[in-house]
Amino acid sequence: MERKVFFPGMLLPYALLAPQILIIMVFFYVPAAQALWMSTLLQDPLGLSVQFVGLENFQIVLGDPAYRQTIARTMFFSVAVTVCAMVPAVLLALMADRVVRGATPYKTILIIPYAIAPAVAGALWLFLFNPSVGVVSYYMGRLGLNWDPKIDGSHAMWLIIIASAWKQIAYNFVFFLAGLQSIPKSLIEAAQIDGAGPRRRFWTIIFPLLSPTTFFLIVVNFVYAFFETFGVIHAATQGGPGKSTEIMIYKVWYDGFIAQDIGRSAAQSVILMAIVIGLTVLQFRFIERKVHY
Amino acid sequence: MSARAARSHLDRPDILAHVIIWIGILITAFPIWVAFVASTVDNQAIAQAPMPLLPGNLGWQVYSDVLGVGGNNRTVGTPVALMMWNSFVMAMIIAVGKIVISLMSAYAIVFFRVPFRSFIFWMIFVTLMLPVEVRIIPTLKVVTDLGMLNTMAGLTIPLIASATATLLFRQFFLTIPDELVEAAKIDNAGPVKFFFDVVLPLSTTTIAALFVILFIYGWNQYLWPLLITTDQSMTTIVIGITKMIDTSGGPTDWNRVMATAILTLLPPVFVVVLLQKWFVKGLVETEK
Repeated sequence: MERKVFFPGMLLPYALLAPQILIIMVFFYVPAAQALWMSTLLQDPLGLSVQFVGLENFQIVLGDPAYRQTIARTMFFSVAVTVCAMVPAVLLALMADRVVRGATPYKTILIIPYAIAPAVAGALWLFLFNPSVGVVSYYMGRLGLNWDPKIDGSHAMWLIIIASAWKQIAYNFVFFLAGLQSIPKSLIEAAQIDGAGPRRRFWTIIFPLLSPTTFFLIVVNFVYAFFETFGVIHAATQGGPGKSTEIMIYKVWYDGFIAQDIGRSAAQSVILMAIVIGLTVLQFRFIERKVHY
Repeated sequence: MSARAARSHLDRPDILAHVIIWIGILITAFPIWVAFVASTVDNQAIAQAPMPLLPGNLGWQVYSDVLGVGGNNRTVGTPVALMMWNSFVMAMIIAVGKIVISLMSAYAIVFFRVPFRSFIFWMIFVTLMLPVEVRIIPTLKVVTDLGMLNTMAGLTIPLIASATATLLFRQFFLTIPDELVEAAKIDNAGPVKFFFDVVLPLSTTTIAALFVILFIYGWNQYLWPLLITTDQSMTTIVIGITKMIDTSGGPTDWNRVMATAILTLLPPVFVVVLLQKWFVKGLVETEK
């Protein structure tokens, strides 16, 4: 849609645009260009000279088995967070949609984790799973399950998956519930009259009509797992034990900020940039579909 | 409503739905409840596995300790009250700043025939694909060069640009009928008057919905404050809480950490619960 009537003038609109343009130039485009440029440079260990090396940093980074492990770990983490955050959310949304009385206080409680910072979610779950003081780890120990995320890498991985998913269920719940409530009730009633049971109604009516929301949420949950879980990891495991919970975003920060390996960190930044662009394009394609159907 | 009630009657009683929702609520609330209990007892009670699951006798003692003094180990000298104030100022500047800047840009793009309009729009739009995480080191360098390390300006200004909010306002402004603009022109009302008399009042619900989301976004910022604040007096509360957890193997004052966790989550949770209707609307609309 386009507007046909405009206000005259040039000065005012440019003045209105100036702050946003200035900020995105200084803090977005210039640094992004520098990240691209830095990813082609190699600094000698003493930091005395810089040399143009082309794509060598990418070769080193992508050829490094440790980095490939980080990619595999990030994939596992993202898929696990997405599944663990979406399945309970759709179940809860289906139930909340059925409950008529008292639904509002339920919803209020269920959306609370959305407001909680990832780092706080990490701290809360670290406390529950702490081998010496944690309540959950105590009862797991009673059941014969020794749980120690400080020593066991896979325990640590599940700790950050659970903490990240716990926070994200709320977000998915809001969207699934909105999606469910936009399905015309007449459709479901018609199926009911035709004798379709709840399970059949779910798979033949609700699930297909919910699929645009589902695809959209898969992309959003991936973006969340890739980029916004930094706080969870920094608070709960610091990437450890060893490197067992170090996902890509954590490694970029660690290599660039702590280990000060600028060229390789920049190359990793560029790889992540490509991933965000891919995910954003996907997201907007699905939204296009959402608009059309 | 009656049809829906009838539907659930036909299938099976609502008991199953209530049970599942209650399990969801338990999972949601359990970590927060345990944190609250831990913040009301001393550390010996916490260390005695299993720790109690009902509030202890310390009452608000731990809270007044952390608010006034802070943690015992690495954050000595940074009272939680100060860190919360920093977070509050940061969240407010980010939320209000993003709204103001996006209102201005969207207004210029929609209501004026600016040359390069679509180029500018795309320039703003593409920043969606450049989150701070993918340009950490160079952005940090820019901020350092500008002398903005450890300042509130450095904490907030780089985060104030907003493609999402600009898109949302643009979308909304496009639905304002041309007749209104024509009427304003006939009445000799300029663009500034039109903005304040017509556009802004029409935008209030969108602004409220965005505010909820952006306030939470600002309050919960983590990576950026971690990079640019080294000065303890500029630490935000979300960073502060991680610093209180001793990862080197030393003892952690869990009751203080959990009291701080509760204090950290209260403001954004309060905003969401209080403005729930707007929050849901805003969330669903910003992502469309």
